[in-house]
This record gives sequence, C-alpha cells and structure tokens, in this order.
Amino acid sequence: MAVLAGRGTDAVAWERARSRRRSRRRRLPLLPALVFTIVVTQIPFLLTIWYSLQSYNLYHPYTRHFAGLANYTLIFTDSIFRTALANTVVLTLVPVLASLLLGLGIALLLDRKVLGRGLLRTLVISPFLVMPAAAALVWKFTLLDTQFGLLNFVLGPLGAHHTDWINDHSKLTIITVLTWQWTPFMVLILLAGLQSQPGDVLEAARVDGAGPWQIFRSMTLPHLRQYLELGIVLGSIYVVQAFDAIFMITGGGPGQQTTNIPYYLYEAAFRGFDIGRASAMGVVVVAITIVIATFALRTISGLFSDQGMEGRL
Amino acid sequence: MSAPALTRPAPAASPGRGPARRRRRRGGLAGAALGLLTWLVVLLFFFPVAWMALTGFKQEPDAATSPPRFAFSPTPAQYQSAIGKAGPYLTHSVLIAVLSTLIVLALALPGAYALSVAPVRKWRDVLFFFISTKMLPVAGAIIPLYVIARNLHLLDTLIVLIILYASMNLPIAVWMIRSFLLEVPIGILEAVKVDGASFGRQLRSVVLPLIAPGMAATALICFIFSWNEFFLAVNLTTSNAATVPVYLVSFQTGEGQFWAHLCAGATLACLPVLLAGWAAQDKLVRGLTMGAVK
Repeated sequence: MAVLAGRGTDAVAWERARSRRRSRRRRLPLLPALVFTIVVTQIPFLLTIWYSLQSYNLYHPYTRHFAGLANYTLIFTDSIFRTALANTVVLTLVPVLASLLLGLGIALLLDRKVLGRGLLRTLVISPFLVMPAAAALVWKFTLLDTQFGLLNFVLGPLGAHHTDWINDHSKLTIITVLTWQWTPFMVLILLAGLQSQPGDVLEAARVDGAGPWQIFRSMTLPHLRQYLELGIVLGSIYVVQAFDAIFMITGGGPGQQTTNIPYYLYEAAFRGFDIGRASAMGVVVVAITIVIATFALRTISGLFSDQGMEGRL
Repeated sequence: MSAPALTRPAPAASPGRGPARRRRRRGGLAGAALGLLTWLVVLLFFFPVAWMALTGFKQEPDAATSPPRFAFSPTPAQYQSAIGKAGPYLTHSVLIAVLSTLIVLALALPGAYALSVAPVRKWRDVLFFFISTKMLPVAGAIIPLYVIARNLHLLDTLIVLIILYASMNLPIAVWMIRSFLLEVPIGILEAVKVDGASFGRQLRSVVLPLIAPGMAATALICFIFSWNEFFLAVNLTTSNAATVPVYLVSFQTGEGQFWAHLCAGATLACLPVLLAGWAAQDKLVRGLTMGAVK
C-alpha cells in the first residue's frame, strides 16, 4: 500500500517536472522577441511618465527637479494645448470616417466583375504605399499651389482661380490628404470582407428575388460590420498620430489651426527642449490612444479566432 | 475571412445557371456604367502619384506653369540629378530597412512558433501584449528615446533607427507569421522538436520552407513601414544616418520652388515601396490588420 502510494507521488512529481520542462522549452523561442519588445517599447513609456513629473529643459539641465503634476497643470491651462486637443479629434475623426465611406464605395465597385480588376486594385492601393512625406510635397506644391496648382486650374471655370487652399482652408487640406492616403487602407479591409461573403447565399437571395439594395442592407452590411469596425479603430490609431503631412504642408498653421497633439509635442520637445512639458503631452496622447485601443482590442479579438489552435496546448 | 483576395469565383461565372445569366444580360448597360465609374474613381485616386512621376520628367520651366502643361518633351535629367543628391539618404534607408527587417524576421519566426505550433501557456496574453505595443503612439515615447540616444551617443546613427524600426515592426511580423504557421497542417510541424540548437536548425530547414511566401510578404511589409517612417527619422537623425524622408524635408521650403526636381526626388523616394507593395498586395491586408483579416 505504502509502496504503491510512494510510486504514485513519484509518478505525479515526474509528470509535473516533465510538464515544467516542457513549458520552459516552449517559452524559450519566444523570449528574444518578448524581451526585445519589452525593453524597447515599455521602458521609454515609463520614462515618459517619470519625465512628465519633472521640470526639465535640455537647455538648462542643471535646474532639473521634481515638479509633481505642475506640467499637467501647465498643459491643461494652456489654451494652445486645448486647441491642439480639439484639432486632434477633428483631424482624426473626419479623415477616418471620410476614408471609410469612400473606401466602402470603392470596395463595392471593385467587388464586381470589372475589366482589369487586378490592375485597378494595384492602382488604388498606391496612395497608401507612397511615402507620406513625398505625397505631402506633391500635394503642397503641384496640386494645391495658389498660382500653378492643378486644383485651381481644374476648378478655375467654377470661379476658384486663386484659392489659397493651404492657408485659407488648412484643416480641409490636411483632411483631404489624410483621406486620400487612408482610403486604400479601408478599401483593402472592406474588399477582404466583401469577398469573404458566402457567394451561394447571396446567389440564393437573388434567386428569391431580393434587390441589390435589399441584399446590401440586410446581408452585406451586417457581414461587413466587423470589418468596418476594424477599419475605424485601426485607422484611428494611426491617424491620431498624423505628423508627416502636418509637418510638411502646414507646419501646424496658420496660427494653430492644424496643430495636433503630436505636432505640438514635437514643437515643445524639439524647438523648446522642454522635456517635462512635452512628456506630459506624450502621456496625454497615450491616454487617448488607450481609450481607442481598448475598443480596438475588443474588435480584433472578435475577428481573432482560435481556429487552428485545437490540440496544440 | 479566409478567402484569398480576388480569387473567389463569382457565382455568375458558373456555366448554365439560368438566373445568373439573365441577370448579367439585364445588368449590361448599368454594369458597363459602373465599370466606367470604377475606372474613373480609381484613376482619380491614382492621379497624384502619376502626376508626381510625370512632373519628374519635365524641365523646370515646364513644371510650374499656368495652365499646367500636359504635353512636354520628357527628360531624365531631373531623375539623374535626384539620384545623385539622394544617394546617401537612399543608402541609409536601404541599410536601415533591410537590417531591421532581418532582425524582425529572426526574432518573429521563433516567437510566432511559440505562439502557434507549440504554444506557451499564456499565448493569448502574449499576442495581445504584442499588439498593444503597436497601438501606443510614438509621440509618447519619443522624448525618452531622444534622451537615451543622446546619452548613449546614438543620435544620428543607423543603429538607433534599426533597433526602433525592428521594435515597431516586430508585433506585426509575429502576428503575420503566426497566421501563416496556423495554415500549415499540424502533422507536418509535429516532427519539429523544441530543443536548443537543433531547434534553430529545424526551424530553418523544416518550418521556413513551408512558410517562405508568407515570410517574404512579412519582410516586404516590414520594409514598407521602415522605409516610409518619418517621425523617428526626423527627430533622431540629421545627416550621418538621415533617411529618405529626411531628404524630402529639404524640399519643404526653399527647394520646393523647383517642382520637377522635387517630383523626381519624391518619385525615387516612393519607388521601392510601390514595387514592394505591389508585389505583396495579396498579403498587404493581412499585415495591416496583423493577421486578423486574410
């Protein structure tokens, strides 16, 4: 009896040790990637929080001291910061929604049988691939220039001869460029969504006499819902960080009309060398993004299936 | 969700199906109109890219004119001089993009393996940790990165951008490669033993060939993101490691008056990524959504 019990615990212990060895073995290949990511991405964020609690200017390194929440008081009483916050919301929401709608339209057009569909898709993704800094220059000069820009030439007959788009419609300019750039992103996601619709079900609905609009509303749209959500959250995460176009085209101006938080932070840090204040802004950007990211993670985990993971644990 | 883009056979294509054929005939005119509309919209979107490449072939006096000149005698002169001026920047960009991509692939393949084929216990948490790092804005980290790089004398070096771009792309690569690994039948991978040095060799000789196209697509997407990155490049480099986007900043003011030269430079800057993106377009959506949409 005792002998048997002894052997039992031995077996259990052996089994446990084996499973421990196994999980250590399994962890090993993951460690380099995990450690690298933690070191390079997490430490800077912790330091940002730490810096944000200090009065710290690179021009006057010896006056550095702990300042508590002074930087936060400073930025939230700063009217330019509040403007930048409002601009960030506008310059994120409008381009994301506009590109989503345009992207949906184009995806629906491309989901049909159309001559040269492969070529069309190749062409339509190009604005997303083009280097944003390069695209910004092309828009700023060759398309939107007051005197020689192509847009004023095209709109000339409509009476818009000498519109100074960049200065008089600066927000619209940035929104247009961002929308142009992000529409292909939405097209790709939504096209993948449309093409994952079961074709035979759609066909059956057609045979049963459902019109195109009916099919779109009651079948396609519900099916696309998770793809639309994914487009919105991923698009927002990237567009909220928009910097290239603002830096190249408007420089945040005129005045502060196109200054979003990333651009304002850049000015505080790299023109004013005010590490403490800029860090506090960084923390605020992160806080905003966390709100979006929470939705994002929920959306992605909806799409994220455990398929193919059975029997591997 | 697993339908590869643009390969689903349209139901109308199946022969001998009455309703489908009837529908096609009925939709003939409307279909043609929609086809035309598709082309118009797509060409409108593509136009700025074409205009950029085209303007690069102009002489300066033809570039900024009112009305804009559509007919002109093309010259490669602007491209030739842009290659000369952009030379060092192109070299930096290539080195940084290629080396950071290699680091990413080397770290991501074993990582993705440990999150799919022989998963660690908390694989789900780890995956979401990776993706969450992608969601935090760079603006929130730039200041410590600048200060650390400055203290370590890494400002304006290739190393700093190689490391940061690797960390920027690693989560995408892990998710993407994992999604490719999950498509390989489990039986084939079961032979691979997670065991020290031989594991590395088996990964290379057994796993890698199975997902080679996926690895290539992942590499192209990492290359695209590294090549186009602006914020870190502008803030952490000035000349010794300045990448192509930093070169373009010089056109923002003074040199912006020379449109043909500007457009030639901008086209050169975009060309590698356009080619990479066109080559990887079937897998692009998977990379952009971290494997969530295939």
